[in-house]
Amino acid sequence: MPTPGAEKNKYGGNTTCVQIEHDNTCLIFDGGSGIQQLGLHLDPDIPEVNILLTHLHIDHIMGLGYFNPFYNPKCTVNIWGPAGSSESLIERLRRYFSPPFFPVRFKELSAKINIHEIDNSTFKIDDFTIKSEYLCHPGPTVGYRCELGGSVVAFMPDHEPSLGSSDFPNSTEWCSGYNISEAADLLFHDGQYSNKEYDRRVGWGHSSVSDAVDFANLSKVKKMVLFHHDPAHTDLQLEAMVDKSLQYKTIDFDLVIGKENDVFHL
Amino acid sequence: MSSREIEVILSRQLADSLSTAVFIVDPDGNLIFYNEPAEELLGLRYEETGTMPVAEWSSIFTPMDDKGNVLKPEDLPLVQTLSKQLPAHGDFWIRSLKNKSHKISVTSFPIIGRPDRFLGAIAIFWKISEK
Repeated sequence: MPTPGAEKNKYGGNTTCVQIEHDNTCLIFDGGSGIQQLGLHLDPDIPEVNILLTHLHIDHIMGLGYFNPFYNPKCTVNIWGPAGSSESLIERLRRYFSPPFFPVRFKELSAKINIHEIDNSTFKIDDFTIKSEYLCHPGPTVGYRCELGGSVVAFMPDHEPSLGSSDFPNSTEWCSGYNISEAADLLFHDGQYSNKEYDRRVGWGHSSVSDAVDFANLSKVKKMVLFHHDPAHTDLQLEAMVDKSLQYKTIDFDLVIGKENDVFHL
Repeated sequence: MSSREIEVILSRQLADSLSTAVFIVDPDGNLIFYNEPAEELLGLRYEETGTMPVAEWSSIFTPMDDKGNVLKPEDLPLVQTLSKQLPAHGDFWIRSLKNKSHKISVTSFPIIGRPDRFLGAIAIFWKISEK
């Protein structure tokens, strides 16, 4: 859940939303509460946006109803998201965009909306080649791999690599998410727990910082942004947790604790 | 090496944690994993064999009916599941590589990932008797 407050001023308290921009292409990964702020910074006349949802847990979609482009009749909003077993993506989105959860119904949004269901898929958005693959996390959840001109960004906000693996972190064949993160220039990865916290939360679908580092080493990424911070952690607790988790670890990549409004150039 | 689908990875995790013998095969019928209880039943270690093609694993243990007739691969539940993508069940004898014969009950079912992807099959073995 979003957790604003003085103790979170450094790293922020919004839930997941990351934007990738290239020329006129706007890719937005997840619609957490951060998407509301993003919408305020976009060109009000932006003609098209692409929202790629990793899954529909509420912290990853709660900001969608507050995203300005949805209310612009001249804007096309493409929503990409994983198929479920029994309900379509649009049926599941309608559950959010409906009373009592939200006063505006999906069909009442002004923008032209296109829904794209994906599973283990490869598709193009303008010059980007994007690969999606199901990951170890409760419910239908994907990670995204975006490639453009030889640069690769991997987006895995909710992921439990050690549960979805045998012999973690020694085998790529039996490791959830490896196909998404392999040799990425920039990996956004779940780093929610300390080792002690994770021991009591195995199977919850999130990663310890230590496991995230091991996963990034296995994947041979160049840089990893740890995010999806635990809402209960203050800035100081987060830094202390990461410091402690990295003791005795060999890291073969740049590691960053993600904070709101960070910008990375590739 | 690229990773397997998450459904197959988690199937292996489950198999690893069970005391019941389990086989996992890919859509082409290659035996991609069997657990420790299966190793004891077969007299063979997964670390030694690695992946086995269907022609090998369906015959190496000499599956037989109660009368001692050797069963064809297509008579085996796991092979039936692979070809029809439906659950299957059967009881028959196998001879381990340590020359022990076991009568086993086998139930197999397809691994179908979201939304409708056939990813292989899983078979659970239950030892009925031994001679």
